[in-house]
Amino acid sequence: MFKWLHRFGSAPFVYRFSGALAPWVGGACAVLLGIGLYLGLFVAPTDYEQGESYRIIYVHVPAAIMSMFVYMVMAISSAVFLIWRMKLADAVAQAAAPIGASFTFLALVTGSLWGKPMWGTWWIWDGRLTSELLLLFLYLGYMALRAAIEQPQSAARAAAVLAIVGVVNIPIIHYSVEWWSTLHQPATITKLKPSIHESMAVPLRFMIFGFLFLFGYVLLVRLRTGILQREARASWVAQLPEIMRFNALAPAADSQAVSPSKHSETKHG
Amino acid sequence: MAEFFNMGGYAAFVWPSFGITFLVLWANVWFAKNQFKRVTRETARRSAMTRAKKQARAS
Amino acid sequence: MNLDNGTSPVGIALLIKCIVVREWSIAVRNPGQWLNPLLFFVIVVSLFPLGIGPSPATLETIAPGIMWVSALLAVLLSLDALFDADYADGTLEQMVLSGQSMSLIVLAKVLVHWLLSGLPLLVLSPILGLLLNLSLDTMPVLMISLFLGTLTMSLIGAIGAALTVGLNQAGVLLSLLVLPLTVPVLIFGSASVAAAASDISANGPLLILAAVLILALSLAPLATALALKIGVSGSN
Repeated sequence: MFKWLHRFGSAPFVYRFSGALAPWVGGACAVLLGIGLYLGLFVAPTDYEQGESYRIIYVHVPAAIMSMFVYMVMAISSAVFLIWRMKLADAVAQAAAPIGASFTFLALVTGSLWGKPMWGTWWIWDGRLTSELLLLFLYLGYMALRAAIEQPQSAARAAAVLAIVGVVNIPIIHYSVEWWSTLHQPATITKLKPSIHESMAVPLRFMIFGFLFLFGYVLLVRLRTGILQREARASWVAQLPEIMRFNALAPAADSQAVSPSKHSETKHG
Repeated sequence: MAEFFNMGGYAAFVWPSFGITFLVLWANVWFAKNQFKRVTRETARRSAMTRAKKQARAS
Repeated sequence: MNLDNGTSPVGIALLIKCIVVREWSIAVRNPGQWLNPLLFFVIVVSLFPLGIGPSPATLETIAPGIMWVSALLAVLLSLDALFDADYADGTLEQMVLSGQSMSLIVLAKVLVHWLLSGLPLLVLSPILGLLLNLSLDTMPVLMISLFLGTLTMSLIGAIGAALTVGLNQAGVLLSLLVLPLTVPVLIFGSASVAAAASDISANGPLLILAAVLILALSLAPLATALALKIGVSGSN
């Protein structure tokens, strides 16, 4: 069991494994989002109170849920990286950050588009929207810190510390913002009711899983990119079919050094 | 059909939401794939160069 | 300095005393380091009435927010260079290598820093509060909340200062990293003052501020120490 787990510490294995997994995850994502969109736009009934505008929750809620989920993924992999010095965990955190930031951005924009017909203004300092805004700042801070430190290893470790500090703070920030918004606005805001009818909840579930799989797909692709960047000089990378193929296509000066010479090199060596 | 696109009068809010969401999702996929291709190409070039250097040293 | 005795840890009291004496003498020699943020605080607070208008009623409602945001920015400004001089002259590296508990060193440093930047700010705050038409009865709450809050902000800010140690243009990055983390302090700090200003008990927000301070006191030095070790190891 643990031996099997240990293979996930090996870059070549993870690179190949995620390469094999990615198309399946991507396919599942397309199917889920397709069904979710169809059910959400055509099949789900019109809401009694909010009319058709409630359909925005089919993109807003998944984006909001995933924005938090991705931060958790980032923080957990950062902790794994700091504790066990597992470089791949850092690659996961690095790959996840921009995806999470884009989900947070989406949650803010769609929340604002949903708020305009509901509240009459584009922006309201509602607890959840404010938390999302602060989450976006946390993501941007993570990426900015990473970009600012030149030395890759210190950048990775400093960013990991920041992600963990952020995750300790998120609940405190969240509850303080909740408290603050109820303090300043007596409870007149129509909250999205948890008692949502089944015919409306099913499309939402499809969309949430669709977003989850999209995150998975993009994460796998970005993880493979990160592994290539980190392991650029490793011999297993040079022998990858996709690298060999590019070598064959490369201009003459480079291509001389490719396939036939590879064997002669070992002879000389 | 027109009624569907009208979204009960909320078209100006519903369609931009779905539009920007799928634009951002698509951009995520596109940028990730594009970056992967670029890094593969760069890595390939670098590995070819080191190999050529090694070969030059050997001969 | 008794810090150069190899790797065996000296007593906690001695360690803290050494750091405090050292930081204190450095600060006394460069008064600008802690005077400038204080001046900044005074100027920012006095700019607000000029921008908003001198109506006493308006000022009274926004006074807690103004005091708190200005204090936050002043603390942040003063933290910018918390570790920079030590990093530049290699002291930080010696501290990491000394074998002493880095968290304790950090804690002592932050406390001295707070004594020089937070405490004067606290002393000045009632005078500035009067300028903003805060009533005298709210002053104790203002000072208690600023005491708890600026100390928490110094501790949280130290994490950011440690993460950005040795970087060019660290100032803006530091604000980006630290400001979202200080939101709870800002919310409960200004809420306590606002409550006191409208004759409601401010105990609730103050107790939460105290709880956040205790959490920051116990966790922030650990994160700061780790960040400093990373910053120092990256420079080689």
